[in-house]
Amino acid sequence: MTIGLTHYLFVAAILFAAGLFTMMTKRNAIGILIGVELVLNSANVNLVAFDRYLGPGRLDGQITALFVIVLAAAEAALAVGICINVYKNLSTVDVDRAATLRG
Amino acid sequence: MTAFFKCETNRAQSASEGSIQQPVACAPGSDRKRRILAMACPMGWLAFFGTTVWATPPTDAAQSTNAAAPGGILEVFLFYTIAGGVVLSAFGVCIARNIVRMAVWLFVGLGSVAMLYFLLAANFLGAIQLIIYAGGTLVLLVFGVMLTSKSPWVRFDPPKVELIAAGGVCLVLVVALCVVLARTVWFGVETITPGATVAAFGERLMTTYLVPFEVAGVLLMIVMVGAAHLARQGE
Repeated sequence: MTIGLTHYLFVAAILFAAGLFTMMTKRNAIGILIGVELVLNSANVNLVAFDRYLGPGRLDGQITALFVIVLAAAEAALAVGICINVYKNLSTVDVDRAATLRG
Repeated sequence: MTAFFKCETNRAQSASEGSIQQPVACAPGSDRKRRILAMACPMGWLAFFGTTVWATPPTDAAQSTNAAAPGGILEVFLFYTIAGGVVLSAFGVCIARNIVRMAVWLFVGLGSVAMLYFLLAANFLGAIQLIIYAGGTLVLLVFGVMLTSKSPWVRFDPPKVELIAAGGVCLVLVVALCVVLARTVWFGVETITPGATVAAFGERLMTTYLVPFEVAGVLLMIVMVGAAHLARQGE
């Protein structure tokens, strides 16, 4: 009864599917953004698990995960800015109604 | 009149009133069962895996320590507890029909993933996950929720067909991924890891990964300016 690489990859697979489901079913643009965050987290879990079990001591996976976190923060900042702008123009963040991205 | 205050009529009402979604008050009693369930699930999970792990015969534990498991039975217990938290919060994000609840479940999930990082001996990354994700990105999302909805209790109900289709796709994806992962034999798996220190992390970041590091810094600055410009454009 030991915890191996596959255990972590299972958790990451479930996390990925949950994020995909959230992205597919939610109507709110911020809800879709939350799904994207879940997917990015599952990729990060994969990276760190591979870093520990396949290349210990080299830290490549951890540093890649760090860059993913940085890019996710940047993406969230931009997406929230776009959402606020869309809300100002169209009074909604429902992605079905806000189908036009003209300013 | 009472039909106007039911959660289920939110869609029809907002459709009849044009493109603006009106905030609708929800009956508090309809959420009580879900709240009790949400509180009972972690407790049940903890109890289940606690008893399962501690009830395993000691020969199994001795074998696992012989098989070069650094953490032993404590690692198994911690992994199942934390992974249960991750999976539970992921399902919570899926099931929640309220954007604020989704954010709260995401907070739990991000914290659980940080605990997974600590369990994987990635100390610095766990701290970064807590600081940037749970402290920065999630607060940004919550601010976005507050700024873009008139009432935080607006619900969104997708059609049933869409739910079933998306659920089927994701279920097939999970099953296929798990089958593939269970069949894969990884080449050169090592179980004993020297604990990565923060100093080694920083040294690696400043030597091998210096160019991506600088590019990320420039990108963050551009994003900061761009986000401020985007958010101010309407004024």
